[in-house]
Amino acid sequence: MLTAAEIEDGLEDAMKEPSPVIDIENLSLTFQTNDGPVHALSDIDLKIDEGDFVSFIGPSGCGKTTLLRVIADLEQPTAGSITVNDVSPEEARLNHGYGYVFQAAALYPWRTIAKNVALPLEIMGLSKAEQQQRIAKNMELVNLAGFEKKYPWQLSGGMQQRASIARALAVEPDLLLMDEPFGALDEIVRDHLNEQLLELWAKTNKTVVFVTHSIPEAVFLSTKIVVLCPRPGRIYDVIESDLPRDRTLDIRETPEFLKIAHRVRDGLKAGHSYED
Amino acid sequence: MSDTVSIPPRSTNPFAGLMSGTVGPVFVVVLAILAIWYVAAVALNTPFQQDMYKRGSQTDIPVSQLISDTLAQERPVLPAPHQVIEEIYKTTVLKKITSKRSLVFHTGITLSTTILGFFIGTGLGILLAVGIVHSRVLDKSLMPWVISSQTIPILAIAPMIIVVLNAVGISGLLPKAMISTYLSFFPVTVGMVKGLRSPEVMHMDLMHTYSASRLQTFWKLRLPYAVPYLFTSMKIGMAASLVGAIVGELPTGAVAGLGARLLAGSYYGQTVQIWSALLMAAFLAGSLVALIGFLEKLTLKRMGMAT
Repeated sequence: MLTAAEIEDGLEDAMKEPSPVIDIENLSLTFQTNDGPVHALSDIDLKIDEGDFVSFIGPSGCGKTTLLRVIADLEQPTAGSITVNDVSPEEARLNHGYGYVFQAAALYPWRTIAKNVALPLEIMGLSKAEQQQRIAKNMELVNLAGFEKKYPWQLSGGMQQRASIARALAVEPDLLLMDEPFGALDEIVRDHLNEQLLELWAKTNKTVVFVTHSIPEAVFLSTKIVVLCPRPGRIYDVIESDLPRDRTLDIRETPEFLKIAHRVRDGLKAGHSYED
Repeated sequence: MSDTVSIPPRSTNPFAGLMSGTVGPVFVVVLAILAIWYVAAVALNTPFQQDMYKRGSQTDIPVSQLISDTLAQERPVLPAPHQVIEEIYKTTVLKKITSKRSLVFHTGITLSTTILGFFIGTGLGILLAVGIVHSRVLDKSLMPWVISSQTIPILAIAPMIIVVLNAVGISGLLPKAMISTYLSFFPVTVGMVKGLRSPEVMHMDLMHTYSASRLQTFWKLRLPYAVPYLFTSMKIGMAASLVGAIVGELPTGAVAGLGARLLAGSYYGQTVQIWSALLMAAFLAGSLVALIGFLEKLTLKRMGMAT
């Protein structure tokens, strides 16, 4: 039987703000190299809420990709704590709690696009019917329906990256981690994919963590922009964007957009040590 | 100023077309080899021929007579190409396959040894590679042995393998195939270790984000990645396997096989027979390697990795 106090506690828990999807406290990561320790991340504190679109932006070497890899359990922090979906990153990974999109599409050349999307589903051991249903749904979502039987080399770079996003989405995670996914693409394709990504985000209501070194991309996509600076990698500024969630590329001409972009640029400038 | 672009004149070289395909260059190389062979045959066989003339006290032999005589000796130092071709024709087309003097019969024996040794060698090579890639202990302990195994002269170890296996009651095809295996597992092991380790970091990270097991990573990533490496090393392995089969036939009392033909030929100074066996071995190796190349194309096409 529950006591009155316990019920009250439970109620209180329910009334409280939902706990953040990602909760990072005092996190540090030091690589031991032959030239001595490298402080890739130092004292990171960050909370990412459900449904947020968060961008990590910073110059190369600021640890933005490393931070994303820590969230994905691809790197181990040396100090501090981190939870993803209220559990450790390792447990979140084992629960297929996130989808990860790499800098390159990283499609397997011997698999068709549909088979590439099926890869995580095969590993998860889903039934053939369930696999088919998820492939169709996610190929549709990234506008690649009709390309199921093509091999990766038959697709353009932008289409390949969309296929890799479909592959990440097929896991049906609530959290999408993207590491400079459009970095290798030209600006026209990138703009187009940015718009599509926002549509996708609105449709699926996922939490997205997005690494980039493009200021317009970060400001256009994000509800929250985290500016990092190098040596040691640390958070310099966190900007909550007040732009409406429903945006088109035209928003980049508005004063509100430029104001945020200006603040990001200032942060990058101030955080960057120009001694070299 | 004129806008016309000067067009370079078309090549007037009549051989330009000949050399554009693959048939032309191959044909030219074959011609060159034949020419060198004939010149060498005449040069190497002349001393013996002149001895013959001296003994018969023949003098004033015209050069044309000398050349045709040097190319028609029964046991020449270097037989002429047409002698070898004639011998091959006689021992393949004109002899029954079941005859002990049929080159097809001997080639068949060597072929079966080669194939058996190749399959065992390839299987062993893949197994070793899988072990080496997945276990640090095996990597450290096996790899030096794998490499040092190939530094032992095969001619020295072949008779011992045959004798030891015979002593434990294994005879026939298998002991010879073991020598083929001994030579052919090595390129497969080395190639597969390289192939299984070749997936990009990003591809491995991808499997990690899916929490894939080692077995899943092996079947879905490492093995498909290693397929092109496997075919390349199988080509080398097949050629090595044939060498092993021939070497294996030498110490077995030389009853049958291309190796036996080589040995018998050298006992009786039958150089034409030796060369015909050699040519047959080269033809066999070429065909087997080409067959693997064909399978490679077919497989890679099916996998979608070749256009």
